[in-house]
Amino acid sequence: MSPAAAAFKTDSKLERILSQGDFAVTAEIGPPKSASSKGVRSNAAMMKDVTDGQNLTDNQTAIVRLSSLAASVHVKEAGGEPIMQMVCRDRNRIAMQSDILGAYSLGIRNLVCLSGDHQSFGNQQTAKNVYDIDSIQLINMVRRMRDDHVLLSGEEIKVAPPKMYIGAAANPFADPFEFRVLRLEKKINAGADFIQTQCVFDLERFARFMELVVKRGLDKRVHILAGVTPAKSDKALRYMKTVPGMMVPDSLIERMAKAENKEEEGLNIAVETIKAMRQIPGVHGVHIMAIAWESAVPVIAERAGLLPRPAIREETAQAAPAEGKKTAD
Amino acid sequence: MIVAEQKPIAEIDRLLEGAKKVLIVGCRECVTVCQAGGEKEVNTMASALRLLWATSGRNPGAEILTETLERQCEPEYIEQIVKVAGEVDAILSLACGVGVQYLAERYPVWVVPGLNTKFAGGALEQGVWTEKCGLCGDCILYKTGGICPVIRCSKSILNGPCGGSHNGKCEVNEETDCAWQLIYDRMTKLGKVDRLLEIEPPKDWSKSRDGGPRKVVKEEIRI
Repeated sequence: MSPAAAAFKTDSKLERILSQGDFAVTAEIGPPKSASSKGVRSNAAMMKDVTDGQNLTDNQTAIVRLSSLAASVHVKEAGGEPIMQMVCRDRNRIAMQSDILGAYSLGIRNLVCLSGDHQSFGNQQTAKNVYDIDSIQLINMVRRMRDDHVLLSGEEIKVAPPKMYIGAAANPFADPFEFRVLRLEKKINAGADFIQTQCVFDLERFARFMELVVKRGLDKRVHILAGVTPAKSDKALRYMKTVPGMMVPDSLIERMAKAENKEEEGLNIAVETIKAMRQIPGVHGVHIMAIAWESAVPVIAERAGLLPRPAIREETAQAAPAEGKKTAD
Repeated sequence: MIVAEQKPIAEIDRLLEGAKKVLIVGCRECVTVCQAGGEKEVNTMASALRLLWATSGRNPGAEILTETLERQCEPEYIEQIVKVAGEVDAILSLACGVGVQYLAERYPVWVVPGLNTKFAGGALEQGVWTEKCGLCGDCILYKTGGICPVIRCSKSILNGPCGGSHNGKCEVNEETDCAWQLIYDRMTKLGKVDRLLEIEPPKDWSKSRDGGPRKVVKEEIRI
């Protein structure tokens, strides 16, 4: 390993992009409610050259779907850069550590640590939730597995510790607002390397949040990727307004209601939002969550001027995974 | 206290199918306070079953006896009904799950629960009780301003609040207060909000339900 490469915590491609100061683009792929890998693979193929990483959600909204671990492997095999999501709802610390070891052995290098949506939202409402550990404890566990080579119990990982680039979520639109920045700081202290925020519709509140983040110097300690969701209709926006922890200004809903071509307007709003976010100090990238509308991702990336995606530059390339490398270690 | 509520009468009817002589046993402790299984509820239950069986023609000729014990969680009180328990073919316990088990361990007859045992909690207002303690075996209330996240947060998050906290309410439903909003508000009022910046480490669940019954032993009072 060269001296330059030694500065990196992992061999994640996303880490290289963010470390070299490029404005990063990640996007979400929702695994299917089936055992088919087709959609995940085709979405990965579509997104791999227009984004720097693809998030694979972990049974989001507590609906049973193809696992984020398996979906991450499909993305990897389709040429993408999987960002595996892991929630605390369904697994205890034994299962989580086991899956982290397994994921790393299959070539996954990015892990986003989340609480998870409550099971009462999903299609298994009589399930028992686990929450053996919470998202901040999970972040810290993954960091210690990587940096200290220990399991949560303190037992040493003697060979091949999993070296994950660690992501976490932040929600500037949840309450209490003043504590949101402090909780973000807790996540950074626990070991988060990058943050993907809840989707931003209310740019004014997001800017206020980022102001506090910058004031505390947190943007120097973590890479913040702002969440963007294109909406297909004013009805979709109205629904999102009712979701706890989301804020949608009425002016946006009115604008969408008036639009003749609503999908086009949804794309316009997303593009404008990204352009505005780039002007906000401390924002290091965007995370596009085009739920059930993955084909919007390349369009938005193009129109927002995010293409072509930057290459990993020479000085940061040293430890990057070789092109076409087998996923298995 | 332990808070319980009665099972629907139709379910109790099914549980007692074929019984010829039933003893309903109440308890004067928690379930009396939460009005689920005290003497009053025992008598009401007896009347309800008699009426149901008389009008439906089910369990014809079945006899119902009643007793209410000081406590159903101590062997000496369980012993008090030894005579009548020997005369019946079924016992309906209106105590919490603890009482049902004490009766079942002591008497070789069909013992069924008349209540669903809900939680450790207290009164919120007249006729309303709420859960307060998760019985986790390792109290951290001193860290959270006296508000328990283990049981009052829907996700038992120890470093909250999660992203679903909205206007002081939990994402799960509008009626549930976000425990972490309450904790934040109280710690702010106490001038101790900086303590919430410390990362609370993973909980030692071996002190909670870990696959077997827990025991408390107080050596100095053992005989």
